[in-house]
Amino acid sequence: MGTLLIRGGRVVDPSQGIDRIDDVLVRDGLVVAIGHADTQPLGKADDTIDATGLVVTPGLIDMHVHLREPGREEDETIETGTRAAIAGGFTSVACIPNTEPPIDSQSTVEFIHQKAARADTCNVFVVGCVSRNREGKELADIGQLVEAGAVAFSDDGAPVYDAELMRRAFEYCRMFDKAILAHEEVLELSRGGVMHEGLVSLVLGLTGMPSAAEDVMIGRDIALAETTGGRLHVMHVSTAGGVDLIRAAKKRGARVTAEACPHHFTLTDESLRGFDSNHKMSPPLRTAADVEAIIAGIVDGTIDCIATDHAPHAREKKMLEIDRAPFGILGLETAVGLCVTRLLATGRIGWPRLVEAMSTLPARILGVNRGTLRPGAVADITLIDPDLSWQVDVRQFQSKSVNSPFDRWTLKGRAVATIVGGRVKYRLGH
Amino acid sequence: MPSATIDHEPFPPGWTHRHLLDLERLSPEDIRLLLDTAARFKEATDGCRRKLSVLTGRTIVNLFFENSTRTRTSFSLAARRLGADVVDFTASSSSLSKGESFIDTAKNLEAMGIDAVVVRHATPGTPHLLAEHLDVGVINAGDGPHEHPTQGLLDIFSIRERRGDLAGVTVGLVGDIAHSRTARSNLWGLMKLGAKVILCGPPTLVSQRWRELGVEVSHDLDAIVPRCDVLNLLRIQFERQNTRPFPSVREYAHLYAMTKERLKRAKKDLLILAPGPINRGVEVTADVADCPQSLILDQVTNGLAVRMGVLWLTCGPRTPAAAAAATQPTGRIV
Repeated sequence: MGTLLIRGGRVVDPSQGIDRIDDVLVRDGLVVAIGHADTQPLGKADDTIDATGLVVTPGLIDMHVHLREPGREEDETIETGTRAAIAGGFTSVACIPNTEPPIDSQSTVEFIHQKAARADTCNVFVVGCVSRNREGKELADIGQLVEAGAVAFSDDGAPVYDAELMRRAFEYCRMFDKAILAHEEVLELSRGGVMHEGLVSLVLGLTGMPSAAEDVMIGRDIALAETTGGRLHVMHVSTAGGVDLIRAAKKRGARVTAEACPHHFTLTDESLRGFDSNHKMSPPLRTAADVEAIIAGIVDGTIDCIATDHAPHAREKKMLEIDRAPFGILGLETAVGLCVTRLLATGRIGWPRLVEAMSTLPARILGVNRGTLRPGAVADITLIDPDLSWQVDVRQFQSKSVNSPFDRWTLKGRAVATIVGGRVKYRLGH
Repeated sequence: MPSATIDHEPFPPGWTHRHLLDLERLSPEDIRLLLDTAARFKEATDGCRRKLSVLTGRTIVNLFFENSTRTRTSFSLAARRLGADVVDFTASSSSLSKGESFIDTAKNLEAMGIDAVVVRHATPGTPHLLAEHLDVGVINAGDGPHEHPTQGLLDIFSIRERRGDLAGVTVGLVGDIAHSRTARSNLWGLMKLGAKVILCGPPTLVSQRWRELGVEVSHDLDAIVPRCDVLNLLRIQFERQNTRPFPSVREYAHLYAMTKERLKRAKKDLLILAPGPINRGVEVTADVADCPQSLILDQVTNGLAVRMGVLWLTCGPRTPAAAAAATQPTGRIV
C-alpha cells in the first residue's frame, strides 16, 4: 500500500487535543505519525497531498444514514449511498435497519457487510433492530446481531412504542454496552401530521406535529434509561424542550447522548410555505427558537454529535401531494457545507468542536475504533477546504435520489478529499 | 347593452397574477379589483342570469379530486355564462386510482389544449404545486383546510353589497376554524380590507395562535354576538377530524349554534352568512338560516359573479406584456 504524506494542513484531532498546522504520515492504511516532515523526517512518502489551507480531520462519521438496501433500491443502494458519503467527506456511516427486510438477523448484517465490501468506498457500520422485524413486539436477537457486528440498536423510522419492551431493550443491551438509538415520537400526537404544529401549519391548513410529541417520548426514554442504567442515544433532536430534557438528564448523570441534524439547525417551518415535500421530514422543521436551542445544545455539548438522517426517496415519491409524500431528506453531501456555514462561519463553534461532533463522539457512542489520528489508528482521514464557496446542485449528487431542500444553495466549506483506510477514495474535481 | 359594454372592456389595470391560489398573498388592491370585477359581471349579466361571450373559445377544466357539487356547478355555470367550454374531471372517473400522480393527470389535461384549471383537492398546497408544473392558469377551488379564495371573495362581496366599505366592520367567523378553508380565505380578505375579525369556537377548533396574526379569538359566542356586524357560520367538518374536538354535537350546538335567542341580542342590522352546505341545527337553527338577515342565498348568486370575474382574469392575457398591452385603451379581451 505504501506511504501517504498529508502535508501542511491544519490538523484537528480532539481525541488527542491536537489543533495545529502539521503533517500526517500514513503507512499501510494506518496513521504513523503527526509531525513536521521538514524538521523531523517522517520518511519518504510514495504519495503526497498538499493540504495547505485545508483542515485535516479524523474521518467523519455519520451515525444516522438510511442506505435503503435491501428492499428499496429505487431510492438508494449501499453503493450509491456510500459514494454519496465519501463525496460528503464521510469515511464511515452507520446504516439504520428500517430496510425491507429489516436488519434483525445475522444474515442481513452479513448481506450489508458483503455489499459494502463490494462497493469498497467507506466503512459501513450496521445498526440492528431493537425488535424482531421492527414490529415493536419482542426483542430482536440482539446478542447474535452483536456477534455479527451490529454496533447499536434502533427501530428508527418509528419509536419503540411499548414502554416495557423499551425497558427490556435497555436492560438487555447493557450486557453488550450498546446504545439504543431512539426515534422519539408519540404517534397519537403527530398522527396525520405533515409539519411542525405552529402558526405556519395553522395558516397553511396542514396537520401539525407538536413539539410535545417528541418531548414526551424523550422524557419517557430518559426515565427508562435512568431506571435501567441503559444507554440512550436520542436521534435527530429538533425541539428546544428536547434539548432541555437531555441537558437536565446529563446533569443528573444519566447515560444519555444525542444528535442533531443540519436541517434542524438551518431551516424552520416557514420553509413549508412553498408546499415543497423536500421540506417534509420527521421530526419536522420547527421554529427559529428551536433552531437556536439546537445550536446552543451543540455549543455546550448537550447535543454530542451531528448526524444527517440521510433519507433518500425516489423523485416520483416526493412528487406527490405533500401529505402523501414520504418523510425524509438527503444529508450526506450537504452536511459539511451546512455545518461550516451555519456553525463555524457564524462563530458559534470552532473546528475542534465540529470534528468532535462529526467524528470523535460518533465513534465513541458506536464503540468503533475510528474517530482519531493516533499513531496506529486506521487511516480514515477527511480533508476539508473551510473557505470553499460552492453551489449545491442535486444533479451532481452521488446519491440515487435528489430530495434535498438545499438545491442551489451556496454553502461555505466542503470536503475535498476523503481517505479510507489509507486509500484516497474521493478527491473533489478528480 | 350591458354585455356589449363588458365584451369590449379593456382588461383591468393592476391585475398581474397568473393564478388565483390564495388570498393570503394578494394585496388589498388585488382583492378590491377582484370584487369590482365581480360587481361589473353581476351587473352586465343582469344578476348573473344573462350570457356573455368574453371567454368564447376558451376551455376550462374542473379538476376535482374531492367531492363537491355546489362549487363545481357554480364554476361550470360561471364559465358557461362567459361562453367558455367546460370539462369536468373528477377523481373517481380518473386514472388516479391506477397510480398516476396528480401532476401527471393535470399535465395530460394540459396537453389537450386548455386555458385554465379549476382545482379542488383535499391536500393543502396542491393548486400551488400544479401552478408550478403547468403552463395554464390555476384557480384554487378549495385545497383541504388551507384556502378557498372564491368562497372568501363571495362572502366579502356579499357583505360589501350590503355594507359598502368593509373598513371597521366587525365580522365573527364562528365554528370549525381549524378545518375551514373558508375561514382562512375570509380571514385574509377581511383583514386586508380593514375589517375586524373575531374567530369564535371551542379551543380545540380555534387556536389561540391566531392572535399572532392580530385577530381576536373568543370561545364565547354569547359575548361576541352583540359586537358583530356580520356572523359567518362555518360548518363542522366531521370528515376532517382525527378525534372529535368536542364531547357531543348536542353540546356544541348548545354553545355555538346561532339560535333565535342569540339573534335577539345581536345588532338589528346583523348580517348572517353561511357557506353551504349547512348542518341545520348544528351551526345554525332553521329559523335563523331563513331569517331576513340571512345572506345565504345571496352568497350563491354572488358566487357566480365572483367566479365569472376570476375566470375572466385568469383566462385573459397570458404574459405580463400581453396584460400590459390589454390594459391600453386599444386592448380587447375577445
